[in-house]
Amino acid sequence: MFKFALGRLLQAIPVLLVVITMTFLLVHSAPGGPFSADKAVPEAVLVALEAQYNLDQPLWQQYFSYLGDVLRGDLGPSFKYPGRDVNELIMSGLGTTAELGFYAMMVAIFIGVIAGVTASMRPNTMQDYVPMTAAMIGICMPSFLLGPLLVLIFGIHLEWLPVSGWNEIPGDKILPAITLGTGYAAYIARLSRGGMLEVLSQDYIRTARAKGLSEFLIIGKHALRGGLIPVVAFLGPAFAGLLGGSFVVETIFQIPGLGRFYVQAAFNRDYTMILGTTVFFATLIILFNLLSDMLAIWLNPKLRQQVRGDS
Amino acid sequence: MKQQFSSSFFTLLSALFMSLLLSGCGSSESNVAEGNRTGILHWGNGTEPQSLDPHVATGVPEHHIIVALMEGLVHKNSKTLEPEPGVAKSWTVSDDGRVYTFELRDDARWSNGDVHNAHDFVWSWSRALQPALGNLYAYMYFPIVNAHEFYKGEITDFEQVGVKALDDLTLQITLKNPTPYFLQLLDHYSMYPVHQATIEKFGRADERGTRWTYQGNFVGNGPFKLKTWEINRAIEVERNTFFHGNDEVKLNGIVFYPTENVTTEERMFRAEQLHYTNDVPIDKVQTYRDANDPALKVVPYLGTYYYRINVREPHLQDKRVRRALGKTIDREQLTEHVLKAGQIPAYAMTPPNTRGYYPPVSLSFDPEAARQLLADAGYPNGEGFPVTEILYNTNEGHRKMAVAIQQMWREHLNIEVTLLNQEWKVYLDSESSGDYQISRAGWIGDYVDPNNFLDMFLCDGGNNRTGWCNEEYDRLILEVAPTAKTHEERLAVFTQAETMLMDDLPVLPIYTYTTKHLVHPSLKNLANNIMDMQRYTEIYLEGEED
Repeated sequence: MFKFALGRLLQAIPVLLVVITMTFLLVHSAPGGPFSADKAVPEAVLVALEAQYNLDQPLWQQYFSYLGDVLRGDLGPSFKYPGRDVNELIMSGLGTTAELGFYAMMVAIFIGVIAGVTASMRPNTMQDYVPMTAAMIGICMPSFLLGPLLVLIFGIHLEWLPVSGWNEIPGDKILPAITLGTGYAAYIARLSRGGMLEVLSQDYIRTARAKGLSEFLIIGKHALRGGLIPVVAFLGPAFAGLLGGSFVVETIFQIPGLGRFYVQAAFNRDYTMILGTTVFFATLIILFNLLSDMLAIWLNPKLRQQVRGDS
Repeated sequence: MKQQFSSSFFTLLSALFMSLLLSGCGSSESNVAEGNRTGILHWGNGTEPQSLDPHVATGVPEHHIIVALMEGLVHKNSKTLEPEPGVAKSWTVSDDGRVYTFELRDDARWSNGDVHNAHDFVWSWSRALQPALGNLYAYMYFPIVNAHEFYKGEITDFEQVGVKALDDLTLQITLKNPTPYFLQLLDHYSMYPVHQATIEKFGRADERGTRWTYQGNFVGNGPFKLKTWEINRAIEVERNTFFHGNDEVKLNGIVFYPTENVTTEERMFRAEQLHYTNDVPIDKVQTYRDANDPALKVVPYLGTYYYRINVREPHLQDKRVRRALGKTIDREQLTEHVLKAGQIPAYAMTPPNTRGYYPPVSLSFDPEAARQLLADAGYPNGEGFPVTEILYNTNEGHRKMAVAIQQMWREHLNIEVTLLNQEWKVYLDSESSGDYQISRAGWIGDYVDPNNFLDMFLCDGGNNRTGWCNEEYDRLILEVAPTAKTHEERLAVFTQAETMLMDDLPVLPIYTYTTKHLVHPSLKNLANNIMDMQRYTEIYLEGEED
């Protein structure tokens, strides 16, 4: 297992290098610079600003000095927010976004697994159709629609929950978590239904039933472990997606997270911020993929065998 | 058995889930109710400020926060917009209008208690003019003798610039030419003083973006001081007890929220999380109007929405063509049916009543005359007129406007017009490199004077971007207007210049902006002025009786 993980981490290095290089070239070739503004910027100021951020150097030189900085863990200063550096900005939003992502994931797993398992227990009956139709609607409903809808119902009409903010008013985390989690809940429901259906038809489940085990034990102990493998494989990329894709929800609910920085950085041509967040998210995706693969191996005896066989 | 399990399992989990979700729930006081009790104003501020350094910052959201934290020599009266004493107690202007002598108040203090005097201004202004600092508003200083030369690096000794501290409490400023709007400039944050010791503690004077503006470090001279700055969450300011006018300040603090999304902001307002919104969603304005909701405040704004015409394009070089285009935009129709938020049709660049100036009205909606002009230019009934493109930055409002104008030109002139939207920075790039035919633009005044709208179109004006150049126009703005003897005479020169501009029409004015806010009834004594300027020292909160 250790060898497997190490190998995967080594593979990540060229991947990250490609990501950095592509992003670097793309941001520098986009029209409009970080300092262009509505009001004309005097030439002298532009020169001074570019010198301050080393933008006056040839591109290859900028590229290598950036790579050097990244190796040292320094993602550079933000162009848009003078005085803030990218590390600091990422750290300021990361906690919030990770927390939001975690709650959303909890919501997604909770709703998704229950719906999926319930549906799989009586396939092609109402107990299957109702949760799966709901899941389909959940997948189709974009968060920029669901968010404001929930706010209108629970925030403004019923006045049960706050309409925006994060960690300011009790209960302000509920609506964002549900909004962000619902789409993923729907995926998880479908995945877990599929996984469970396959497992429930296997011989060992029949054996368990024949032994007279309670349905609770059959589902909870024997079937879930195998039935949820597709869900686990989905969780890693999903969590990274949640972090990167939380922009819409963060905007709707006025949440000081990372997603907002990511999108704004692109609009502002904040080169270091775009690069920094991209590198950061790329690393996260690689790590979460690795984690979910390791979890899948642990859950699936067949895969475990394979990994052992390889090493 | 199976049935029993599934239902009990489901019930148990549902109960768990509900308790998780509702665990945070509880009755809590809204921001507005709490603020009214504690004297804290909750203010929707648009976006996260880029910087709170007055010599680095450039935007309106930054302005709202900086004016709470700092003060200049003078500030504007919130009703008349005329200058009133700030750090300066009084001032005199020499007969030739070139030498301003300010007497500073002796009780001015920095927010850390340090004495605040004339030397602070000399040092601060020498800092603001360092090219390395990248101060985009440095041109505010250019009326001062040698300020521009110092900024360009032609002279390095700040002694030669026309700013002197005659003694601790007397500041003398010498201008190149009489500049009737000079006092107005002093209220712009780019001319605010900064605290030398604090800045030097965190870096060089001309170093951009040091940590002196962070929470815990910031030292200012305004009615409030920085309490917390949580990125993308809120900036909180609290009463500065060292402020000379502290006794008159009624608010105990202000919380500025970076309300980037205007629909979210409106929902926050409805849920009483804000006293004041930065904006109102366009499609909500009519709803508030129909409901006769007193929360909606719409006020004319010192800004003009217009189209630039690139006069370097062959078919747009002919002023008859430009006039034909200008005469076939039905501005009343646009403001009434497209914009619908009280905007005023504009027939000149300068908004009406800019310090007593009413621009000449030579432009009108006249399709008949326009067709004739186009025919005279060689395009009878639009025949042979090249396909022309309107460029705008991606935005629903700009798109609607462009579609409507495209329709008008097609209908009245029978010409083919296409639309091109570009993302903001790409659009800026196209516009400043002259890679467009007609492009959307807007200009918001920095100070209340026609000069601010008209000197944009000087031949080498950085914001001109149309390629239009008229030496006589330049002479009027640069030489004749500054030496006018009286205010009336000066306004007459501007009228003459603007008549020339509107005759040649390198720009097509469309409407005068309005500002839109939602204001909670507990927020009192707000000002209504064309600069959308509020004085936090005058505003107060009054809880509703219930």
